[in-house]
Amino acid sequence: MNRLVEFLVSPAMKILLIALALVFPFVAGDEYQIYVMALAFIWAIAAYGFNIITGYCGQLNLAHGGFFAIGAYVVAILTVDHGWAFWPAFVASMVAGAVFGFLVGVVSLRLKEHYFAIFTLCVGYIIYLLLDKWEEVTHGSLGIINITPPEGFGLIDFTETIPFYYLVLFFLVLAIWLCSRISNSLVGRTFRAIRTSDDLAQSLGINLMRNKVLAFVLSTVYAAGAGGLYAGVVRFIGPAEAEIQHTFDLITYMLVGGIGTLMGPLLGTLIIMWLTQFLQSLEEYRMIVFGPLLVLLVIFFPMGIIGSFLSWRGRRAARRSPAHKTLSRVTEDDQDDKNREAGNNA
Amino acid sequence: MDLFFQQVLNGLTLGSIYGLVALGLTLVYGILHVPNFAHGALYMVGAYISYFVMVDMGLNYWVAMIAAAGVVALISVLCERLIFHPLRHAPPIHDKIAAIGVMLFLEAVVQMHWGADFRRMPTPYTSILHFGDITLPAQRLLIIVAAFSLMGLLHLYLKKTMTGSTIVAMAQNREGAFLVGINANRVAMMTFAIAGGLAAVAASLFAPINLVYPAMGHLLLTKAFVIIILGGMGSIPGAIIGALIIGFAEALGGFYISGTYKDLIAFALLVFILSVKPTGLFTKGVR
Amino acid sequence: MLKINNLTKRFGGLAAVNNVSVEFPANQINAIIGPNGAGKTTFFNLVAGAMPPTEGSIEFNGVDITGLAPDRIARLGVARTFQTTMLFDKSTVLDNLIVGHRLRTQSRLWDVIINSKRLRVEEEKCRAKARETLDFVGLSHIADRYIADISQEERKRVAFALAMATDPELVLLDEPAGGINPEETVNLAALIRKMVDHGITVCLIEHKMDMIMSLADKILVLDHGEKIAEGTPDQIKNDPVVIEAYLGSDQDVEA
Repeated sequence: MNRLVEFLVSPAMKILLIALALVFPFVAGDEYQIYVMALAFIWAIAAYGFNIITGYCGQLNLAHGGFFAIGAYVVAILTVDHGWAFWPAFVASMVAGAVFGFLVGVVSLRLKEHYFAIFTLCVGYIIYLLLDKWEEVTHGSLGIINITPPEGFGLIDFTETIPFYYLVLFFLVLAIWLCSRISNSLVGRTFRAIRTSDDLAQSLGINLMRNKVLAFVLSTVYAAGAGGLYAGVVRFIGPAEAEIQHTFDLITYMLVGGIGTLMGPLLGTLIIMWLTQFLQSLEEYRMIVFGPLLVLLVIFFPMGIIGSFLSWRGRRAARRSPAHKTLSRVTEDDQDDKNREAGNNA
Repeated sequence: MDLFFQQVLNGLTLGSIYGLVALGLTLVYGILHVPNFAHGALYMVGAYISYFVMVDMGLNYWVAMIAAAGVVALISVLCERLIFHPLRHAPPIHDKIAAIGVMLFLEAVVQMHWGADFRRMPTPYTSILHFGDITLPAQRLLIIVAAFSLMGLLHLYLKKTMTGSTIVAMAQNREGAFLVGINANRVAMMTFAIAGGLAAVAASLFAPINLVYPAMGHLLLTKAFVIIILGGMGSIPGAIIGALIIGFAEALGGFYISGTYKDLIAFALLVFILSVKPTGLFTKGVR
Repeated sequence: MLKINNLTKRFGGLAAVNNVSVEFPANQINAIIGPNGAGKTTFFNLVAGAMPPTEGSIEFNGVDITGLAPDRIARLGVARTFQTTMLFDKSTVLDNLIVGHRLRTQSRLWDVIINSKRLRVEEEKCRAKARETLDFVGLSHIADRYIADISQEERKRVAFALAMATDPELVLLDEPAGGINPEETVNLAALIRKMVDHGITVCLIEHKMDMIMSLADKILVLDHGEKIAEGTPDQIKNDPVVIEAYLGSDQDVEA
């Protein structure tokens, strides 16, 4: 038991996960499964961005899906209407994510809690309305087709599913790697101090605005980058990409896996994406299941799978330490999150 | 000039509907400090219940409206009991996420049952009234009269009844209200019932001159939020004034500036206001 | 050390703090007392920069800090604790403390991406500081325990340690002995004394009179936002105005 628990949080587990991801195309039943997995990875990248601003920094950004759409549209507009190649357009999508993220962040992050959530909900809606109505630039409700796929420079053909799968996997690993760096570092600790309390963080000499904007811009770059990749693989996008539904999907992914944990967003995305695949008939009505699931999760299982596991492991270890003397009591008030140290190891 | 008055009347119609929806939202916020993201979905469900009773069951428009108000009030109370009450001590993002879950669920259920198509609800009041060169469809007049009567009734309820004044007291000072032994559960349930009922009535009034579809609550919800931020979260008169401001701004802006982007006016206003004053326009000083 | 001139804070028409002038000397324990609603916490919030004063000025070590943001003031050497101890429950004691020294470090996102030497040095520095302060408050033995699993008094001590980790010259303690038993209160008083012995100036709000009278070097008494007395515990104990205020207006609500 102990050895299993420790294996799950060891570096060997990371290597095993990457190995599994690498061999997946060879064990997958058909190409469609590989395609679904690549899409899941893209959404997972967006979920990692969400995790930075909401999981680590505690700010519920309801425009996150909108930034995903911005990234997708930048790639689409630049490649289709302006003849750009995919790669520069992809870089541009992340730059656009950073620029818009900075502008929105500077205004919205001065707002606290509810105001921030409501404001970003409106920002998400503005993004949707602009994509839908500004026909000269966005092609309006028709959407944009024939988006240029990533160039392989004669070596690789990214219109094929398997090469694209590996490309997305590369970016996913990069995204998780950066997240783990941040999470382990003083920068991540600064974000989490802000999540605990704005007032506390400020009394510790932390500049709220600077750090919140940093977390926000990081998250929008993740979202826009994921959107750019999405445009490259799906090659057809419309204003529906900016619908608030996607933001809520991402929240579900984060909550199921464990909000504020390192592996939570990936686990949650994979579980829900595959569950949706198995319940194909549900696709359109998936929210009949996921809506109540979301509610049940926040009431009964707010730490998600990874969060609960790490919390259980951490407290078990603390109980076993000789210094332990008082009885554990379960606090119901702060059902927020879990062991930082342990989270960093996972 | 007549065109201008026509737009003022349109603004009044819009403002009435927005007012009813925003009132519920602001009451719930005042009591529980939850921004109820499911409020727009309650409005949408109200429209569908009305539609169902009137079109499928063939009953009277007013019966449909009352049925919708009752059903939605019940759903709203259930949300309070089953979700917001258990989450009252949870970290701040949890109740928001749960509210979103409710919203998605209600939309999905409606979409499964009625499909995603746009529907038009008939109205028994199809005549058009003329005042000089100004025309006013009877339904719009009905909206304005009904909305303001309801606001008046709500005002009486909050001022004259025990539960009503308790709601106001709690909205103003939650801790204080708890100290003097107010039955907070009853007040919270009553507030949610009123909020749901108002949303359903607003939907039933507005549906005949608008379209009925599962996502119809999204835009209204976001606008209602803009309104209560404008008027001060938790403030009742603020919600009504804010609603009229947005209603007029949209009607006049949509006519004189751009019809395509009229929905953006509310948001542009919000961005502007919050950029200037991050705590909203009419909020009291931080205590 | 801390020099307050004509400090006033109004909310609407109500003055929570009204024209208070006081000087707190360095390296001693200064207490602020007063009935509920006297404006004590508002006074702290003004000093810590959590809200700007309506009028008046605050000087810290000869520097005018009036209206500075709280994080700036913290970097100048003013730390504080809060009435309700805010800590991250689902994490260990040590883990909660590491961020406390963040304000004395320079690492930015770029250091994180390239894992710079500066970052590694600074993280080690923060970790060492956390252990040092934990040792100072006498909690080294529970470094790896979860915050959710420790006692109320231990939480208070962790909050002290967190404030100490910022390397402060002045520490503002808001009701440090709130919610703990008499025996623990004595121990906590000893800890506060120990802070002063290590060259820190303490300023605290407290309701427990026994503790204040035996601990404080200087007391400021506020009532309805105004200064009604200041002096040594003995002077305060015998001041008729203070006695009147305590007997007369106990029922006010917190403003």
